[in-house]
Amino acid sequence: MPVPIVNYVALGSLMFFIGVIGVLVRRNPLIILMSIELMFNAANLLFIAFARVWLQNAGHIFAFLVITVAAAEAAIGLAIVVTTFRSEKNVDVDEVRSLRG
Amino acid sequence: MIAFSILGAILVASAVWTISARKPVYSVVALLVNFATLAVFYVTLSAEFLAVIQIIVYSGAILVLFVFVIALLSSGVAPFSAGPNRLPMIWLPAGIVVLSALVFVIHAIAAAPAPPAPAASPGGPVGAPGVFGSVADFGKALFTVHILPFEVTALILMVAVIGVITLTSEHIPSAASRKSEAQVDREMREAILRGGER
Repeated sequence: MPVPIVNYVALGSLMFFIGVIGVLVRRNPLIILMSIELMFNAANLLFIAFARVWLQNAGHIFAFLVITVAAAEAAIGLAIVVTTFRSEKNVDVDEVRSLRG
Repeated sequence: MIAFSILGAILVASAVWTISARKPVYSVVALLVNFATLAVFYVTLSAEFLAVIQIIVYSGAILVLFVFVIALLSSGVAPFSAGPNRLPMIWLPAGIVVLSALVFVIHAIAAAPAPPAPAASPGGPVGAPGVFGSVADFGKALFTVHILPFEVTALILMVAVIGVITLTSEHIPSAASRKSEAQVDREMREAILRGGER
């Protein structure tokens, strides 16, 4: 373990916040979904780094679960984008109103 | 440490490129670079199985899904209206405060002492450095100790499949709507007959 864990924490935090900025700033729903993937992966990096430091397998299992959740989330989010595009012809997240309750 | 610096720089640069590219296709390419770099990180952290899963699931499945949707959406007119970004810059201090708070919390977690090493399982020491992270180790843990998260994974995937099919399929007439169609048909016939009588 030559690299201290603090470096991984800094890298994961930075990547997570790049994802947060992408979700908050961009208007394209596809790029928002990609930013969510970035956040999932930042969390995964930290899970695996801490699993390596503590020599515990549970981090790997949880990263596996996170990858599954990310795949399901991407599939459903893209399905929503496609459905919205079919009905609205405009998928800008500021102008789509049909998902409001 | 040198490798960590180079890989970390690639990781952050590709993440920034992902959220700053003008076209979604370039974002997908940047995300591919990001995921490949993360797979290299996983190998250096002795999580070989998860590195392979990262390549297969993310680069092979999720990104291809993104590319398909981009190709589908941009076949006609450009669906995304250009314009200024959404959040005004006045929210920047709030973001900085939240960022510093989160970094503080994670640093506190990183400074916490490691828990005691796990007790040896019947099949051998699970957490031993020699076998840690190998496929056999991962599989043994996944199917014995952590069987419940594995089952939850199956449930999540099934719900996702059903949800995607429900969301994107064309309108399939259900039994109730078929009955209503039959009713409408009968009413139309009666109306036509009445019209004929009149």
